[in-house]
Amino acid sequence: MRIAVDREACTSAGMCALTDPARFDQDEDDGRVVLLEAEARDGDPDATAAAELCPSGAVTLHW
Amino acid sequence: MSHTEDVPFGMPYRRETRYDPPAGLLQLQEQPLRRIRYYPDGVEGWLATGHALSRRILADPRFVTGERFVHSPTELPHVFVSISEQVPPGFFLFFDPPEHTRLRRKVTGVFTVKRMKELEPRVAAIVDERIAALKAAGPGADLVREFALPVPALVICEMLGVPYADRDAFQRNSADMLDLARSVEDRNKSMAELFGYLMQLVPAKRADPGDDLLSVLAADPELHDVETAGVGLILLVAGHETTANMLALGTFALLEHPGQLARLHDDPALWPAAVEELLRYLTVAHNGVMRIVKEDAEIDGRHFRAGEHVTVALQAANRDPGKYERPGDLDVERDAQGHMAFGHGLHQCVGQQLARVEMRIGFAKLFEAVPDLRLAVPPEEIPMRSDMAVYGVHTLPVEW
Repeated sequence: MRIAVDREACTSAGMCALTDPARFDQDEDDGRVVLLEAEARDGDPDATAAAELCPSGAVTLHW
Repeated sequence: MSHTEDVPFGMPYRRETRYDPPAGLLQLQEQPLRRIRYYPDGVEGWLATGHALSRRILADPRFVTGERFVHSPTELPHVFVSISEQVPPGFFLFFDPPEHTRLRRKVTGVFTVKRMKELEPRVAAIVDERIAALKAAGPGADLVREFALPVPALVICEMLGVPYADRDAFQRNSADMLDLARSVEDRNKSMAELFGYLMQLVPAKRADPGDDLLSVLAADPELHDVETAGVGLILLVAGHETTANMLALGTFALLEHPGQLARLHDDPALWPAAVEELLRYLTVAHNGVMRIVKEDAEIDGRHFRAGEHVTVALQAANRDPGKYERPGDLDVERDAQGHMAFGHGLHQCVGQQLARVEMRIGFAKLFEAVPDLRLAVPPEEIPMRSDMAVYGVHTLPVEW
Protein backbone atom coordinates (compact mmCIF):
# COMPACT_ATOMS: atom_id res chain seq x y z
CA MET A 1 0.00 0.00 0.00
CA ARG A 2 0.97 3.61 -0.46
CA ILE A 3 0.92 6.34 2.20
CA ALA A 4 -0.12 9.90 1.37
CA VAL A 5 0.14 12.94 3.63
CA ASP A 6 -1.71 16.25 3.42
CA ARG A 7 0.45 18.95 4.98
CA GLU A 8 -2.37 21.51 4.77
CA ALA A 9 -4.64 19.31 6.88
CA CYS A 10 -1.84 18.41 9.31
CA THR A 11 -2.28 19.79 12.84
CA SER A 12 1.21 18.76 14.06
CA ALA A 13 0.01 16.47 16.84
CA GLY A 14 2.95 14.14 16.18
CA MET A 15 1.01 10.87 16.39
CA CYS A 16 2.50 9.55 13.13
CA ALA A 17 6.09 10.30 14.18
CA LEU A 18 5.42 8.71 17.57
CA THR A 19 3.80 5.59 16.12
CA ASP A 20 5.84 4.93 12.98
CA PRO A 21 9.11 6.90 13.22
CA ALA A 22 10.64 4.92 10.34
CA ARG A 23 8.15 6.42 7.88
CA PHE A 24 7.14 9.74 9.46
CA ASP A 25 9.01 12.74 10.81
CA GLN A 26 7.97 16.29 11.68
CA ASP A 27 9.06 19.60 10.19
CA GLU A 28 11.47 21.37 12.54
CA ASP A 29 9.73 24.73 12.12
CA ASP A 30 6.09 23.90 12.65
CA GLY A 31 5.93 20.19 13.42
CA ARG A 32 4.00 19.32 10.27
CA VAL A 33 4.25 15.80 8.88
CA VAL A 34 7.22 14.87 6.72
CA LEU A 35 6.84 11.57 4.89
CA LEU A 36 10.11 9.61 4.87
CA GLU A 37 8.83 6.43 3.22
CA ALA A 38 5.64 6.22 1.18
CA GLU A 39 5.59 2.46 0.67
CA ALA A 40 4.35 -0.09 3.19
CA ARG A 41 3.32 -3.70 3.01
CA ASP A 42 -0.48 -4.10 2.96
CA GLY A 43 -1.80 -4.04 6.49
CA ASP A 44 1.52 -2.91 7.99
CA PRO A 45 0.52 -2.35 11.64
CA ASP A 46 2.60 0.79 12.25
CA ALA A 47 1.52 2.60 9.09
CA THR A 48 -2.08 1.57 9.69
CA ALA A 49 -1.95 2.85 13.27
CA ALA A 50 -0.33 6.12 12.13
CA ALA A 51 -3.22 6.74 9.73
CA GLU A 52 -5.84 5.75 12.31
CA LEU A 53 -4.37 7.88 15.06
CA CYS A 54 -3.92 11.03 12.96
CA PRO A 55 -6.40 13.48 14.51
CA SER A 56 -6.86 15.58 11.37
CA GLY A 57 -7.03 12.95 8.62
CA ALA A 58 -3.72 14.12 7.17
CA VAL A 59 -2.33 10.58 6.82
CA THR A 60 -4.17 8.30 4.39
CA LEU A 61 -3.51 4.84 2.97
CA HIS A 62 -4.09 3.89 -0.67
CA TRP A 63 -4.14 0.57 -2.50
CA MET B 1 -38.81 16.41 16.51
CA SER B 2 -38.90 14.82 19.92
CA HIS B 3 -41.03 16.23 22.69
CA THR B 4 -39.10 18.30 25.19
CA GLU B 5 -40.13 16.01 28.05
CA ASP B 6 -38.36 13.08 26.35
CA VAL B 7 -35.08 14.95 26.25
CA PRO B 8 -33.02 14.66 29.46
CA PHE B 9 -31.73 17.82 31.12
CA GLY B 10 -27.97 18.12 31.04
CA MET B 11 -25.03 15.74 31.03
CA PRO B 12 -24.64 13.70 34.25
CA TYR B 13 -21.38 14.84 35.85
CA ARG B 14 -21.57 14.00 39.56
CA ARG B 15 -19.44 10.92 40.13
CA GLU B 16 -20.39 8.08 42.46
CA THR B 17 -16.85 6.68 42.58
CA ARG B 18 -13.32 8.06 42.38
CA TYR B 19 -12.30 6.85 38.94
CA ASP B 20 -15.44 6.18 36.97
CA PRO B 21 -17.58 8.70 35.08
CA PRO B 22 -21.12 8.91 36.51
CA ALA B 23 -23.19 5.75 35.96
CA GLY B 24 -25.94 7.92 34.49
CA LEU B 25 -23.59 9.16 31.78
CA LEU B 26 -22.40 5.68 30.84
CA GLN B 27 -26.04 4.53 30.62
CA LEU B 28 -26.58 7.15 27.94
CA GLN B 29 -24.10 5.26 25.73
CA GLU B 30 -26.97 3.05 24.60
CA GLN B 31 -27.59 6.02 22.33
CA PRO B 32 -24.07 7.22 21.47
CA LEU B 33 -25.43 10.46 20.10
CA ARG B 34 -28.50 12.01 21.64
CA ARG B 35 -30.26 15.25 22.30
CA ILE B 36 -30.07 16.83 25.75
CA ARG B 37 -31.34 20.07 27.19
CA TYR B 38 -28.73 22.62 28.11
CA TYR B 39 -28.47 24.92 31.11
CA PRO B 40 -29.63 27.43 32.04
CA ASP B 41 -32.66 27.73 29.75
CA GLY B 42 -33.38 24.17 28.61
CA VAL B 43 -32.51 24.76 24.97
CA GLU B 44 -31.91 21.50 23.10
CA GLY B 45 -28.50 20.48 21.84
CA TRP B 46 -26.41 17.34 21.44
CA LEU B 47 -24.37 14.97 23.58
CA ALA B 48 -21.97 12.44 22.06
CA THR B 49 -20.82 9.59 24.31
CA GLY B 50 -19.71 6.96 21.77
CA HIS B 51 -16.08 6.69 20.67
CA ALA B 52 -16.58 6.50 16.90
CA LEU B 53 -19.18 9.28 16.74
CA SER B 54 -17.13 11.53 19.01
CA ARG B 55 -14.16 11.14 16.67
CA ARG B 56 -16.27 11.93 13.63
CA ILE B 57 -17.68 15.10 15.18
CA LEU B 58 -14.32 16.40 16.39
CA ALA B 59 -12.70 15.74 13.00
CA ASP B 60 -15.52 17.49 11.09
CA PRO B 61 -14.81 21.15 10.15
CA ARG B 62 -18.52 21.99 10.42
CA PHE B 63 -18.25 21.67 14.22
CA VAL B 64 -16.30 24.68 15.44
CA THR B 65 -15.05 26.47 18.55
CA GLY B 66 -14.80 30.00 17.14
CA GLU B 67 -18.42 30.86 18.01
CA ARG B 68 -19.88 32.01 21.29
CA PHE B 69 -20.84 29.20 23.70
CA VAL B 70 -23.78 30.36 25.78
CA HIS B 71 -25.46 27.13 26.92
CA SER B 72 -23.82 24.61 29.22
CA PRO B 73 -24.34 20.81 29.46
CA THR B 74 -23.88 21.10 33.21
CA GLU B 75 -25.45 23.22 35.90
CA LEU B 76 -22.08 24.77 36.77
CA PRO B 77 -21.17 26.56 33.52
CA HIS B 78 -18.70 24.55 31.44
CA VAL B 79 -15.23 26.04 31.03
CA PHE B 80 -15.94 26.48 27.30
CA VAL B 81 -18.83 28.76 28.27
CA SER B 82 -16.82 30.90 30.69
CA ILE B 83 -13.78 31.33 28.42
CA SER B 84 -16.02 31.93 25.41
CA GLU B 85 -17.47 34.98 27.13
CA GLN B 86 -14.08 36.67 27.08
CA VAL B 87 -11.71 34.85 24.70
CA PRO B 88 -8.22 36.38 25.02
CA PRO B 89 -6.44 37.30 21.76
CA GLY B 90 -4.20 34.45 20.62
CA PHE B 91 -6.12 31.83 22.66
CA PHE B 92 -6.24 29.53 19.65
CA LEU B 93 -8.38 26.77 21.16
CA PHE B 94 -11.29 29.15 20.56
CA PHE B 95 -10.36 30.07 16.97
CA ASP B 96 -11.23 28.31 13.72
CA PRO B 97 -9.03 28.06 10.63
CA PRO B 98 -7.31 29.98 9.17
CA GLU B 99 -6.58 31.97 12.36
CA HIS B 100 -6.28 28.82 14.44
CA THR B 101 -3.84 27.32 11.96
CA ARG B 102 -1.68 30.46 11.82
CA LEU B 103 -1.33 30.67 15.62
CA ARG B 104 -1.00 26.96 16.37
CA ARG B 105 1.81 26.55 13.85
CA LYS B 106 3.79 29.21 15.69
CA VAL B 107 4.28 26.79 18.59
CA THR B 108 4.00 23.27 17.19
CA GLY B 109 7.68 23.20 16.18
CA VAL B 110 8.79 23.10 19.82
CA PHE B 111 6.46 20.22 20.78
CA THR B 112 7.52 17.64 18.18
CA VAL B 113 8.31 14.07 19.15
CA LYS B 114 11.98 14.73 18.38
CA ARG B 115 12.18 17.91 20.47
CA MET B 116 10.50 16.11 23.36
CA LYS B 117 13.05 13.30 23.08
CA GLU B 118 15.81 15.92 23.40
CA LEU B 119 14.06 17.35 26.46
CA GLU B 120 13.98 13.98 28.28
CA PRO B 121 17.25 14.45 30.26
CA ARG B 122 16.02 17.82 31.53
CA VAL B 123 12.63 16.38 32.50
CA ALA B 124 14.42 13.50 34.25
CA ALA B 125 16.59 15.95 36.22
CA ILE B 126 13.52 17.92 37.34
CA VAL B 127 11.72 14.71 38.32
CA ASP B 128 14.77 13.60 40.37
CA GLU B 129 14.86 16.96 42.16
CA ARG B 130 11.18 16.75 43.05
CA ILE B 131 11.48 13.14 44.28
CA ALA B 132 14.33 14.33 46.54
CA ALA B 133 12.09 17.16 47.77
CA LEU B 134 9.26 14.71 48.47
CA LYS B 135 11.58 12.47 50.48
CA ALA B 136 13.01 15.47 52.33
CA ALA B 137 9.49 16.56 53.29
CA GLY B 138 9.13 13.22 55.06
CA PRO B 139 6.27 10.76 55.50
CA GLY B 140 2.90 12.49 55.33
CA ALA B 141 4.14 14.81 52.56
CA ASP B 142 1.60 15.98 49.98
CA LEU B 143 2.54 14.42 46.64
CA VAL B 144 0.58 17.10 44.76
CA ARG B 145 2.54 19.94 46.30
CA GLU B 146 5.98 18.33 46.29
CA PHE B 147 5.88 16.41 43.03
CA ALA B 148 2.82 16.36 40.76
CA LEU B 149 2.35 20.13 40.50
CA PRO B 150 6.00 21.33 40.41
CA VAL B 151 7.24 18.84 37.78
CA PRO B 152 5.08 20.06 34.86
CA ALA B 153 5.14 23.66 36.18
CA LEU B 154 8.95 23.73 36.16
CA VAL B 155 9.09 22.16 32.70
CA ILE B 156 6.57 24.53 31.07
CA CYS B 157 8.12 27.56 32.83
CA GLU B 158 11.51 26.64 31.40
CA MET B 159 10.11 26.02 27.92
CA LEU B 160 8.15 29.28 27.87
CA GLY B 161 10.68 31.34 29.79
CA VAL B 162 8.29 32.22 32.63
CA PRO B 163 10.18 32.87 35.90
CA TYR B 164 9.35 29.96 38.21
CA ALA B 165 9.39 32.44 41.10
CA ASP B 166 6.06 33.79 39.75
CA ARG B 167 4.42 30.37 40.00
CA ASP B 168 2.33 31.03 43.12
CA ALA B 169 0.35 33.77 41.37
CA PHE B 170 -0.11 31.92 38.09
CA GLN B 171 -0.94 28.62 39.74
CA ARG B 172 -3.59 30.33 41.86
CA ASN B 173 -5.06 32.16 38.88
CA SER B 174 -5.07 29.14 36.60
CA ALA B 175 -6.67 26.99 39.31
CA ASP B 176 -9.30 29.70 39.85
CA MET B 177 -10.11 30.07 36.16
CA LEU B 178 -10.79 26.32 35.98
CA ASP B 179 -12.77 26.14 39.23
CA LEU B 180 -16.32 25.42 38.09
CA ALA B 181 -17.78 26.25 41.52
CA ARG B 182 -16.77 29.89 41.01
CA SER B 183 -18.93 32.30 39.02
CA VAL B 184 -18.14 32.91 35.36
CA GLU B 185 -17.26 36.49 36.28
CA ASP B 186 -14.76 35.43 38.96
CA ARG B 187 -13.21 32.80 36.70
CA ASN B 188 -12.71 35.35 33.97
CA LYS B 189 -11.20 37.85 36.42
CA SER B 190 -8.52 35.26 37.19
CA MET B 191 -7.95 34.62 33.49
CA ALA B 192 -7.60 38.37 32.88
CA GLU B 193 -5.02 38.64 35.67
CA LEU B 194 -2.99 35.84 34.16
CA PHE B 195 -3.26 37.45 30.75
CA GLY B 196 -2.12 40.79 32.22
CA TYR B 197 0.90 39.08 33.76
CA LEU B 198 1.91 37.64 30.38
CA MET B 199 1.29 41.00 28.67
CA GLN B 200 3.99 42.47 30.91
CA LEU B 201 6.32 39.55 30.31
CA VAL B 202 6.24 39.66 26.48
CA PRO B 203 7.95 43.07 25.97
CA ALA B 204 10.40 42.17 28.73
CA LYS B 205 11.32 39.05 26.76
CA ARG B 206 11.84 41.10 23.62
CA ALA B 207 14.12 43.51 25.48
CA ASP B 208 16.07 40.73 27.17
CA PRO B 209 15.55 37.52 25.20
CA GLY B 210 16.37 34.08 26.54
CA ASP B 211 16.54 30.62 25.01
CA ASP B 212 12.80 30.07 25.35
CA LEU B 213 9.54 30.06 23.41
CA LEU B 214 8.15 33.39 24.64
CA SER B 215 11.36 35.13 23.51
CA VAL B 216 10.98 33.59 20.05
CA LEU B 217 7.30 34.57 19.82
CA ALA B 218 7.98 38.08 21.19
CA ALA B 219 10.47 38.65 18.36
CA ASP B 220 8.07 37.35 15.66
CA PRO B 221 6.94 40.30 13.50
CA GLU B 222 3.79 38.38 12.50
CA LEU B 223 2.50 38.26 16.09
CA HIS B 224 1.05 41.09 18.13
CA ASP B 225 2.01 41.12 21.79
CA VAL B 226 -1.61 40.44 22.79
CA GLU B 227 -1.60 37.30 20.63
CA THR B 228 1.69 36.13 22.11
CA ALA B 229 0.27 36.63 25.60
CA GLY B 230 -2.82 34.59 24.68
CA VAL B 231 -0.73 31.79 23.16
CA GLY B 232 1.40 31.82 26.32
CA LEU B 233 -1.75 31.68 28.44
CA ILE B 234 -2.99 28.48 26.78
CA LEU B 235 0.37 26.78 27.07
CA LEU B 236 0.96 27.84 30.66
CA VAL B 237 -2.46 26.77 31.94
CA ALA B 238 -2.83 23.62 29.84
CA GLY B 239 0.85 22.82 30.32
CA HIS B 240 0.72 22.27 34.02
CA GLU B 241 -2.88 21.73 35.20
CA THR B 242 -3.55 18.65 33.11
CA THR B 243 -0.28 16.79 33.58
CA ALA B 244 -0.16 17.68 37.29
CA ASN B 245 -3.54 16.08 37.79
CA MET B 246 -2.66 13.04 35.72
CA LEU B 247 0.49 12.52 37.80
CA ALA B 248 -1.32 12.77 41.13
CA LEU B 249 -4.52 10.94 40.18
CA GLY B 250 -2.51 8.32 38.26
CA THR B 251 -0.37 7.69 41.34
CA PHE B 252 -3.52 7.34 43.47
CA ALA B 253 -5.10 4.95 40.97
CA LEU B 254 -1.98 2.78 40.75
CA LEU B 255 -1.69 2.63 44.56
CA GLU B 256 -5.28 1.39 44.62
CA HIS B 257 -4.55 -1.20 41.90
CA PRO B 258 -1.52 -2.96 43.42
CA GLY B 259 -1.68 -5.83 40.92
CA GLN B 260 -1.23 -3.38 38.05
CA LEU B 261 1.59 -1.62 39.87
CA ALA B 262 3.32 -4.97 40.45
CA ARG B 263 3.25 -5.65 36.70
CA LEU B 264 5.01 -2.31 36.13
CA HIS B 265 7.60 -3.08 38.80
CA ASP B 266 8.33 -6.40 37.08
CA ASP B 267 8.48 -4.90 33.60
CA PRO B 268 9.21 -1.15 33.41
CA ALA B 269 9.03 -1.40 29.60
CA LEU B 270 5.25 -1.37 30.11
CA TRP B 271 5.27 2.28 31.26
CA PRO B 272 4.55 3.89 27.85
CA ALA B 273 1.49 1.65 27.39
CA ALA B 274 0.50 2.23 31.02
CA VAL B 275 0.56 5.99 30.48
CA GLU B 276 -1.85 5.62 27.54
CA GLU B 277 -4.10 3.43 29.65
CA LEU B 278 -4.05 5.88 32.56
CA LEU B 279 -4.93 8.69 30.13
CA ARG B 280 -7.87 6.63 28.86
CA TYR B 281 -9.04 5.34 32.22
CA LEU B 282 -8.79 8.65 34.11
CA THR B 283 -9.68 11.20 31.35
CA VAL B 284 -9.08 14.23 33.57
CA ALA B 285 -10.87 16.56 31.08
CA HIS B 286 -13.93 15.02 32.71
CA ASN B 287 -16.63 17.37 31.45
CA GLY B 288 -15.81 16.82 27.81
CA VAL B 289 -15.25 19.40 25.10
CA MET B 290 -17.81 21.49 23.26
CA ARG B 291 -18.42 22.48 19.65
CA ILE B 292 -20.98 24.64 17.85
CA VAL B 293 -22.58 23.57 14.58
CA LYS B 294 -21.34 26.10 12.02
CA GLU B 295 -23.58 24.95 9.15
CA ASP B 296 -26.35 22.36 8.91
CA ALA B 297 -24.83 18.91 8.91
CA GLU B 298 -25.93 15.27 8.83
CA ILE B 299 -24.08 12.48 10.61
CA ASP B 300 -25.47 8.95 10.86
CA GLY B 301 -28.86 10.19 9.72
CA ARG B 302 -29.06 12.80 12.49
CA HIS B 303 -29.58 16.40 11.47
CA PHE B 304 -27.49 19.05 13.21
CA ARG B 305 -28.69 22.60 12.72
CA ALA B 306 -26.45 25.65 12.54
CA GLY B 307 -25.97 27.24 15.96
CA GLU B 308 -26.68 24.13 18.02
CA HIS B 309 -24.34 23.26 20.89
CA VAL B 310 -22.63 19.86 20.92
CA THR B 311 -20.85 18.31 23.90
CA VAL B 312 -18.42 15.49 23.21
CA ALA B 313 -18.04 13.51 26.43
CA LEU B 314 -14.42 12.35 26.14
CA GLN B 315 -14.75 10.73 29.56
CA ALA B 316 -17.53 8.49 28.20
CA ALA B 317 -15.97 7.86 24.77
CA ASN B 318 -12.92 6.47 26.55
CA ARG B 319 -15.18 3.96 28.33
CA ASP B 320 -17.03 2.87 25.18
CA PRO B 321 -17.43 -0.95 25.31
CA GLY B 322 -17.58 -0.94 21.51
CA LYS B 323 -13.98 0.31 21.45
CA TYR B 324 -12.46 -1.19 24.62
CA GLU B 325 -13.14 -4.56 26.23
CA ARG B 326 -14.01 -4.26 29.92
CA PRO B 327 -13.62 -0.48 29.66
CA GLY B 328 -14.11 -0.02 33.41
CA ASP B 329 -10.96 -2.00 34.21
CA LEU B 330 -7.56 -0.35 34.56
CA ASP B 331 -5.33 -2.69 32.56
CA VAL B 332 -1.80 -1.41 31.92
CA GLU B 333 -1.19 -4.17 29.39
CA ARG B 334 -4.08 -3.32 27.10
CA ASP B 335 -3.65 -1.41 23.85
CA ALA B 336 -5.30 1.90 24.81
CA GLN B 337 -4.20 3.65 21.61
CA GLY B 338 -6.86 5.75 20.00
CA HIS B 339 -8.12 7.05 23.34
CA MET B 340 -9.55 10.55 23.31
CA ALA B 341 -7.98 11.97 26.49
CA PHE B 342 -6.20 14.61 24.36
CA GLY B 343 -9.29 15.22 22.25
CA HIS B 344 -9.38 14.68 18.50
CA GLY B 345 -9.39 16.78 15.34
CA LEU B 346 -7.39 19.91 14.66
CA HIS B 347 -7.59 21.08 18.28
CA GLN B 348 -6.09 17.86 19.66
CA CYS B 349 -3.73 18.74 22.53
CA VAL B 350 -0.69 20.60 21.23
CA GLY B 351 1.42 19.55 24.22
CA GLN B 352 0.53 15.86 24.23
CA GLN B 353 4.03 14.63 23.38
CA LEU B 354 5.41 16.69 26.27
CA ALA B 355 2.74 15.28 28.57
CA ARG B 356 3.69 11.72 27.55
CA VAL B 357 7.36 12.34 28.31
CA GLU B 358 6.55 13.94 31.69
CA MET B 359 4.28 11.05 32.69
CA ARG B 360 6.52 8.23 31.46
CA ILE B 361 9.53 9.63 33.28
CA GLY B 362 7.58 10.95 36.26
CA PHE B 363 5.73 7.72 37.11
CA ALA B 364 8.63 5.38 36.33
CA LYS B 365 11.13 7.31 38.44
CA LEU B 366 8.70 7.90 41.32
CA PHE B 367 7.82 4.23 41.75
CA GLU B 368 11.42 3.17 41.22
CA ALA B 369 12.81 5.64 43.80
CA VAL B 370 10.02 5.06 46.32
CA PRO B 371 8.98 1.43 45.75
CA ASP B 372 7.03 1.21 48.99
CA LEU B 373 5.05 4.40 48.37
CA ARG B 374 1.59 4.30 49.99
CA LEU B 375 -1.22 6.59 51.06
CA ALA B 376 -0.79 8.23 54.46
CA VAL B 377 -4.56 8.48 55.00
CA PRO B 378 -7.51 6.22 54.12
CA PRO B 379 -8.41 6.62 50.42
CA GLU B 380 -11.87 7.98 51.19
CA GLU B 381 -10.25 10.96 52.93
CA ILE B 382 -8.47 12.13 49.75
CA PRO B 383 -10.26 15.29 48.54
CA MET B 384 -11.29 14.81 44.89
CA ARG B 385 -11.41 17.68 42.38
CA SER B 386 -15.06 17.09 41.48
CA ASP B 387 -15.90 20.73 40.76
CA MET B 388 -12.76 21.50 38.78
CA ALA B 389 -12.60 21.50 34.96
CA VAL B 390 -9.60 19.19 35.28
CA TYR B 391 -10.31 16.20 37.52
CA GLY B 392 -7.80 14.89 40.04
CA VAL B 393 -7.01 15.18 43.73
CA HIS B 394 -6.52 18.38 45.72
CA THR B 395 -3.94 16.73 47.97
CA LEU B 396 -2.41 13.26 48.21
CA PRO B 397 -0.65 12.63 51.54
CA VAL B 398 1.80 9.76 51.11
CA GLU B 399 4.33 7.83 53.20
CA TRP B 400 6.86 5.07 52.59
